[in-house]
Amino acid sequence: MRIPCPHCGARDAQEFTYLGDANPKRPDGMEATEAAMFDYVYQRDNPAGRFRELWYHGAGCHAWLVVTRDTKTHAIEAAEPAKPTKAGAAA
Amino acid sequence: MSSQPFRLSAGGLIDRTQAQSFRFDGKRYEGYAGDTLASALLANGVRLVGRSFKYHRPRGILSAGAEEPNALVELRAGARREPNTRATVAELYHGLEARSQNRWPSLAFDLLSVNSLFGAGLVAGFYYKTFMWPAAFWEKLYEPLIRRAAGLGRAAPHEDPDHYEKAFAFCDVLVIGGGPAGLAAALAAGRSGARVILCDEDFRLGGALLAEKREIDGRPAAEWLAATLAELASLPDVTIMPRSTVYGVYDHGIYGVVERVNDHLPVPPVHQPRQRAWRINAKRAILAAGAIERPIVFAGNDTPGVMLAGAVRAYVNRYAVLPGREAVVFTSSDDGWATMRDLAAAGAKVAAIVDPRVEIDAGLMALASRIGAQVFAGSVVSSASGGRALDRVTIRDASGREQSIACDLLAVSNGWNPTLHLTSHQNSRPVWDEAIHAFVPGQMPAGLSVAGSAAGRFSLAQALADGARQGTEAAIDCGFAAKAELPPRKTDPEGIALSPVWRVKGGKGKAFVDFQNDVTDKDVELAAREGFKPVEHLKRYTTLGMATDQGKTSNIAGLAIMAELTAKTIPETGTTIFRPPYTPVAIGALGGHHRGRDFRPTRLAPTHQWSQDQGAVFVESGAWMRAQYYPKAGETDWLTTVNREVLAVRNGVGLCDVSTLGKIDIQGADAAEILERVYINGWKALPVGKARYGLMLREDGFVMDDGTTSRLGETHFLMTTTTANAGKVMQHLEFCHQVLWPSLDIRMVSVSEQWAQAAIAGPKARAVLQGVIDPQHDISNEAFPYLAAREITVGGGIPARLFRISFSGELAYELAVPADYGDAMMRALMAAGEPHGICAYGTEALGVMRIEKGHVAGNELSGQTTARDLGLGKMMSSKKDFIGRVMAKREALVEAERPSLIGFKAVDPSQRLRAGAHFIAIGKPATMENDEGYMTSVAYSPNLKHWMGLGLLKNGASRIGERIRAVDPVRNGDIEVEICSPVFVDPEGTRLHV
Repeated sequence: MRIPCPHCGARDAQEFTYLGDANPKRPDGMEATEAAMFDYVYQRDNPAGRFRELWYHGAGCHAWLVVTRDTKTHAIEAAEPAKPTKAGAAA
Repeated sequence: MSSQPFRLSAGGLIDRTQAQSFRFDGKRYEGYAGDTLASALLANGVRLVGRSFKYHRPRGILSAGAEEPNALVELRAGARREPNTRATVAELYHGLEARSQNRWPSLAFDLLSVNSLFGAGLVAGFYYKTFMWPAAFWEKLYEPLIRRAAGLGRAAPHEDPDHYEKAFAFCDVLVIGGGPAGLAAALAAGRSGARVILCDEDFRLGGALLAEKREIDGRPAAEWLAATLAELASLPDVTIMPRSTVYGVYDHGIYGVVERVNDHLPVPPVHQPRQRAWRINAKRAILAAGAIERPIVFAGNDTPGVMLAGAVRAYVNRYAVLPGREAVVFTSSDDGWATMRDLAAAGAKVAAIVDPRVEIDAGLMALASRIGAQVFAGSVVSSASGGRALDRVTIRDASGREQSIACDLLAVSNGWNPTLHLTSHQNSRPVWDEAIHAFVPGQMPAGLSVAGSAAGRFSLAQALADGARQGTEAAIDCGFAAKAELPPRKTDPEGIALSPVWRVKGGKGKAFVDFQNDVTDKDVELAAREGFKPVEHLKRYTTLGMATDQGKTSNIAGLAIMAELTAKTIPETGTTIFRPPYTPVAIGALGGHHRGRDFRPTRLAPTHQWSQDQGAVFVESGAWMRAQYYPKAGETDWLTTVNREVLAVRNGVGLCDVSTLGKIDIQGADAAEILERVYINGWKALPVGKARYGLMLREDGFVMDDGTTSRLGETHFLMTTTTANAGKVMQHLEFCHQVLWPSLDIRMVSVSEQWAQAAIAGPKARAVLQGVIDPQHDISNEAFPYLAAREITVGGGIPARLFRISFSGELAYELAVPADYGDAMMRALMAAGEPHGICAYGTEALGVMRIEKGHVAGNELSGQTTARDLGLGKMMSSKKDFIGRVMAKREALVEAERPSLIGFKAVDPSQRLRAGAHFIAIGKPATMENDEGYMTSVAYSPNLKHWMGLGLLKNGASRIGERIRAVDPVRNGDIEVEICSPVFVDPEGTRLHV
């Protein structure tokens, strides 16, 4: 696969590390319950089709990216920085 | 020396001035440059080249290309031996050595061919059925027996001495196949200025044009070929890659290619690889891989001398070899009649042509009459016989009357299958085209189009037109202004009419569907009878199409027979799909240089040369090489050396490189805040100029890593990580910053490689250090106490960082300088330390001293331990949220019984401890139920003069003084140990503060 890194251009997938689902949000703070944290740490969907997922460009710009990929065809719709840029966007 | 009795005196694309001698099964033969091993063997009259997989049947050469199922040989000898090489694509070279496979004791006389007589026991599924009982016999008796009897070539017994490499290429248009369609496509795209790569598996470009006597625009096709190749060579952005097989299509326009750079030489030239694995990134690709001819299933169809009709033409026209002198042609298509014509033109006698069709084109009939070949229309070949070499075929007409004809060659043609394998690699199933009686590509992978025979458009005119059109379209797709379509080329007429016959029943003997895996028509019938009717079941039950040739010549007949048996059509029966690789690819080529010590890059610390000069023995640590110990003359075992190093540190001073620790520079208004969130302990109160030990967890509550982090400024921290986890921690921090808390105002960068760092440890450490630091810096105990961390200068203004931290438990410092000064720093410290008896020490001594102090390291940070397990539970702040806080409190992780860190020493101090030993109560059997934990780290303490250990034990902390057994069944160890404090030396820590 080739991933269109917003900073580095289309790069080989070997340069990236995969994490998985980009949707779960960490239950921050002292109030976080064990149940909510358990869901965050362990519960994952495994959809066939459109999927927003996190990739880390470790051999490139060190950016964490949210890549929107079709898990059936590997077609990549978008790749955006997980950290919002000044112009807005992503995550 | 052989005289090549079957070589024609003229013609062909071989160089008769370059004789090349070679050996097959030890016997010497001669061929010419331009030959394959197969063509050279045929030129010498060698028909029998191998024994079959299961029945050890004599086998010859079926094809002239990559699809060859039979003629598999071991190529080269010794460490360069390569099994299962297809003789039909092995380029001949002077001195080539090849051996036939799967025969014992010899090719001509094979004892195991009795398998053929007892064949009833070896039918489809026999592995599953025959050897079921008794089960205990399988591993010891049946399997070794079967493995000896069935099989292919032998792998080389030694390490491959040759190099393989990986390479990457980028292009606009990748053309796969160098036949007429591919060349026309490359030319059209190349003329537009597009970057074109053309790959062909052959060593000579031209594809089918090399094997045929054809005309283009009224001239011999060879002239068009020469002109086209010359023009392609003149185009600067066109790259031609012969001997290069595109073996796989991957996502997003990535193509896997293996280039056989030097397989055609006995030994690759110096500094050159044998093979090169390419990853080609192409915006567009055109598949012009041609087609593969189909055999017919009839009794004895595997007899050496039965050959595909197109292959016969290739041997006659390209290699100037007569595969036989008295031929019969068995064809269900017009195409086979061209073989009759070319054989006759080359001087062979064509005794008969057998065509199941009743109506034959009048022109073909006239041709046969001119040649003197007897025509058997509406007839089939019902069997071929001769054992090790064909001597006779039986022809059966529509009424069932049989007639036998002597011959030494039977050319078989049953139409062609498009070579569409690559179109399947993205999971697309081929579709049946009734008009041409073949599967054609289904949905195409993005960016790939298919031209000529590979698309089922078999005529030369179609190939040329397809190629030119698709080359133009591909260039336009890539943004080039390609010229409009060229006028279609005129070619000589050719017949492609076809009425395939899949099998001829009722002949005497076995009729093979899959030659390489010895699958017969009876096996397909058995599969149907036993209910293995769907194609995927048929394939797995009979192993049809599962050999190294992946059923290139066999799948279609198997499907057709199954369709007939189940009264379905072929499209209803369906087909399996092809997966990469198209042809076998050596693992060595895929691995490239990444093997042995080059499996991954080796990282050397900036102090490496210094360590080497000190005589260090190195050990891999993460990606780094670290000095393990520094043996001195006369020290014969490592323990002597390590003991000396430990005592030198504890009693004097030692110097150890710690450059490989991960270092992450963190700056910004929220620098302290992110440390609060990733470490379990507090950071906001850490004063500037101080270091602190930190422990971080994964979000699931287990320990991730530890290290000291120093506050160099109000908004500036320097984190250290363990050597092995440096990259992982950096990635984790980036995740925390970019994904979890993007609003934090911080910047981070890894500076692991930018700083060289050394530990100076021992009672005399301060005195040594004073010899290298600039005099204005006060490092007295009062001015620079334990855990001080400051930026200083050394050697007259060189920037440096000094940390008063200790892994050894002694008065110790870590001094860091920019990496380029690392070597000079070590030498300066050694010089300054000489009067104090300074000693270089390595990771072993470091390890002994950390165990003496009960410090955890990699063995304890195993990914399965919590802070609490390691006795560090009290570090967990209750006043803040941090990664892993919630999950670390899970019930099972805070259970009192959970094994926790504690120390051990042998009751008999002379006994040695072993890491990995499990703790079992005295008097209880050593079973899983009685397991109470295990020893994580052990070392011999030269200070205590006995072995000591750290381990994880149930209720560890409350059991000091108890005795337990350390059982090590792997090394037959079972000794009594006493549970003790994990801090063996200086438990009060007074040495740290002097």
